[in-house]
Amino acid sequence: MVRLITHNLLACHAKGCTTNNFPLLLKDVQIELREQEFNHDFIKNILPRLEWRALVRQLGDTSLPLEQPEMTDDEFLQKLHHVLLEIHVVEGVMICPNCKHSYPISNGIPNMLLAEHEIG
Amino acid sequence: MIPTPDLSHLSNDDKLHIYDPAGQLHLTIRCRSTTDIPTEDTFLLLDSLEKDVQQLKAQRPLICLEIGSGSGCVSAFLGSILGPTNALYLCTDINQRASACTFATGKKNKVPLDPVTCDLSKPLLTRLRHCVDIILFNPPYVPTDHEESFHAQDSTGIAGSWAGGLDGMEVTNRFLDDVGDLLSDCGKFYLVALAQNNIPEICQRMRKKFNMNSRIALQRQAGREHLSIICFSRS
Repeated sequence: MVRLITHNLLACHAKGCTTNNFPLLLKDVQIELREQEFNHDFIKNILPRLEWRALVRQLGDTSLPLEQPEMTDDEFLQKLHHVLLEIHVVEGVMICPNCKHSYPISNGIPNMLLAEHEIG
Repeated sequence: MIPTPDLSHLSNDDKLHIYDPAGQLHLTIRCRSTTDIPTEDTFLLLDSLEKDVQQLKAQRPLICLEIGSGSGCVSAFLGSILGPTNALYLCTDINQRASACTFATGKKNKVPLDPVTCDLSKPLLTRLRHCVDIILFNPPYVPTDHEESFHAQDSTGIAGSWAGGLDGMEVTNRFLDDVGDLLSDCGKFYLVALAQNNIPEICQRMRKKFNMNSRIALQRQAGREHLSIICFSRS
């Protein structure tokens, strides 16, 4: 299942699409919530790797602030854990904001294969 | 010996789609445990990770990436030895069915695996520059002619898992370029290779191009083939 942590790492790689190719816009999504054990160190350490703006409001979830906070207390890390790791996109599409290429998600697996003419 | 991940959930049909018997004819099949499946190269990779487990744990990896995850066996194993929630376990495969199996294997073995169906690591290159702490790749390494490999990869079907083109290196060569971008400063890249892939040349090339060290983490004779696990890291 595509979780938002993974979505935060995926960019469009179609031919010639090198700017404004991230984040991919999620559309027509069906989501599932699945609990995962909270790992404080993991969430704290992954935070610097995240593109904050690309994470927040992706699926209308309002638990995270628009700007990445400076203070990261436990309550914040728990909320981040939930958004990153417990929201699974089961069906939907990811659309490149630049070239509009559409990558489908089915049975929770994003398919980012390109046809030969689309490969950069 | 740390147990091989449970793959009993995979159907015979799954196995036919992600493991080609023709590819396996090149290798001796050995059952590492009572559950069926992985082939000699997978076992060697698992054994090398097990051998290096203390080193890997000490590294405290955050982001792990397996290229061509197939059944998901190797990433599930890595996750179980490093801790299922201690890192992000990304998996890619060109075969959509393999990605689905990878997810199921993760679930069965209680290691969250995050599969993406794609070519090598293409969609991840922008965001993961110098960020990946452990990279695993058991490539299609069987030497074939170029057309066979090209069509195999293009069709994203079963032959894509073993048909490696000239010297069995056509797919590996494409990925080696990306390793230079992906690997973190303290990261390790484990690659499965045959003697016919010309291992000294690969190591020399990685040294010259990316200033990477290499060592043979483990090697084994499997039937007619001599398999090695090469471990690369930045100097």
